[in-house]
Amino acid sequence: MNMNAQSRLQEILSKGEFAVTAECGPPRGATPEVVRKKGELLKGYVDAVNVTDNQTAIVRMSSIAACSHLLQMGLEPVMQMVTRDRNRIALQSDIMGAYSLGISNILCLSGDHQSFGSQPDALNVFDIDSMNLIRTVQTMREQGKDMSGFELNGPPRMFIGAAANPFADPFEYRVIRLAKKIDAGADFIQTQCIYNMDRFKEWMKMARDEGLTEKVHILGGVTPLKSAGMAKFMNNKVAGMDVPEPLIKRMAGVPKEKAVEEGIKICLETIAELRDIEGVHGVHIMAIEWEEIVGEIVESAGLVPRP
Amino acid sequence: MIVADKKPIEEIIEEIKNHEKILILGCNECVTVCEAGGKKEVGVMASALRMYFLNQGQEVKIDEKTLERQCDHEYLEEIRDVMDQYDAVVSLACGVGVQFMAEKYHTTPIYPGVNTCFLGVTEERGVWTERCQACGECILARTGGICPVSRCAKRLLNGPCGGATKGKCEINKELDCAWQLIIDRLKALGKMDDYEKITPIKDWSTERAGGPRKVVREDVQQ
Repeated sequence: MNMNAQSRLQEILSKGEFAVTAECGPPRGATPEVVRKKGELLKGYVDAVNVTDNQTAIVRMSSIAACSHLLQMGLEPVMQMVTRDRNRIALQSDIMGAYSLGISNILCLSGDHQSFGSQPDALNVFDIDSMNLIRTVQTMREQGKDMSGFELNGPPRMFIGAAANPFADPFEYRVIRLAKKIDAGADFIQTQCIYNMDRFKEWMKMARDEGLTEKVHILGGVTPLKSAGMAKFMNNKVAGMDVPEPLIKRMAGVPKEKAVEEGIKICLETIAELRDIEGVHGVHIMAIEWEEIVGEIVESAGLVPRP
Repeated sequence: MIVADKKPIEEIIEEIKNHEKILILGCNECVTVCEAGGKKEVGVMASALRMYFLNQGQEVKIDEKTLERQCDHEYLEEIRDVMDQYDAVVSLACGVGVQFMAEKYHTTPIYPGVNTCFLGVTEERGVWTERCQACGECILARTGGICPVSRCAKRLLNGPCGGATKGKCEINKELDCAWQLIIDRLKALGKMDDYEKITPIKDWSTERAGGPRKVVREDVQQ
């Protein structure tokens, strides 16, 4: 694992502390106040904030710019970067630019296909995939070279993250793909939202058996449910998402006005379980457009004060 | 084969409505196999156009002809002596044929009669699916004979992505996940070791990204 970047997230993880990260989706507009407001809600509760990169293929303020706004507020961003919209030239350039602004964490993703977004007629790029983006950032950091082999004048030293989805198929090969991402250079992993705890534990066991938890920091992903409808939607409409029937029933079983409370309860139970799983080094809270709840969750989980 | 699909007749009428002597020119190769631009389709289109112009009270001559190919000089030369009889041609060949016709017959407008779609196979009568994007650097040896460039919506060389569910692609539940197919096949071949290796970044310079491409073979040149 990299020891060069000035990432606080890295410091916390390497000290063996249970890390807490959250997510901030940039606005569909050029107003920095939206980002700052979200940042204010998260400040003091998390170690780093993931800033999404045109998530669900909908045009938003750039991840780099939103990261920069958070930095100015004293928050540490994790810049998400997808390979959907930029070729290798733009990717490398933006990585260097981001690092020059003080952004020291990156999450390398391929990105949602543009057919899910508001401009499905757009051309996608996918010059390289997330695996090779991880390797590119690692090569820049470890060898100080860009993809052409050119020695960079001040290479970016990013703490490198990757995503993993233990709930996508084929299940038995998901751990091999995780191993490939680690081999490519991933320092930390943030997983897809965990609702099916049995499957997640099985995946973690496979990862431990392969010795992967010794090589990478795994942060379990959670998203608090707001309603039974949301649970059903995520299960049926969001690709690679697995919300088990008993959980949907549990959400449906409480009166509507109690649903939010129940969702938070489930989320807290998940976090408590995650903390007991060997090899899980943190939690990544993705409260989509619901940043105000993160503080409450972190507090109730007993994860404050942050180091 | 190159798979093409019929263009709506309204679109073709819009292009040719001001012409009076029109040749509908089919191609006996790929577009015949995918039933978009062969002799049969030339006949169907010619009849539809004759009917249309008759109803409009417009006197338009519509002739039919189908060449062996439209991507070779020798076959395109076969119609040189009749080309002066027409003031427009609708070519039902793929985009290659339309362009080669246009290059050869510089002063005659050549209109495309089909939409050229992809390089693919006949899955069953009336169903064609993509298999190749002619990237110019074949990686099928490493991917169990299944192409992630043409069959993965994200062109991942190290898939599958997190959206793969029950063997299907996230963008369409009808679409097989190419990486599921690759893994299944590597497993059947006893080559799962290949999957564990990271496929390096692809050189796209041989793809359309590198500009219009050319193959020169001195060994077959005379």
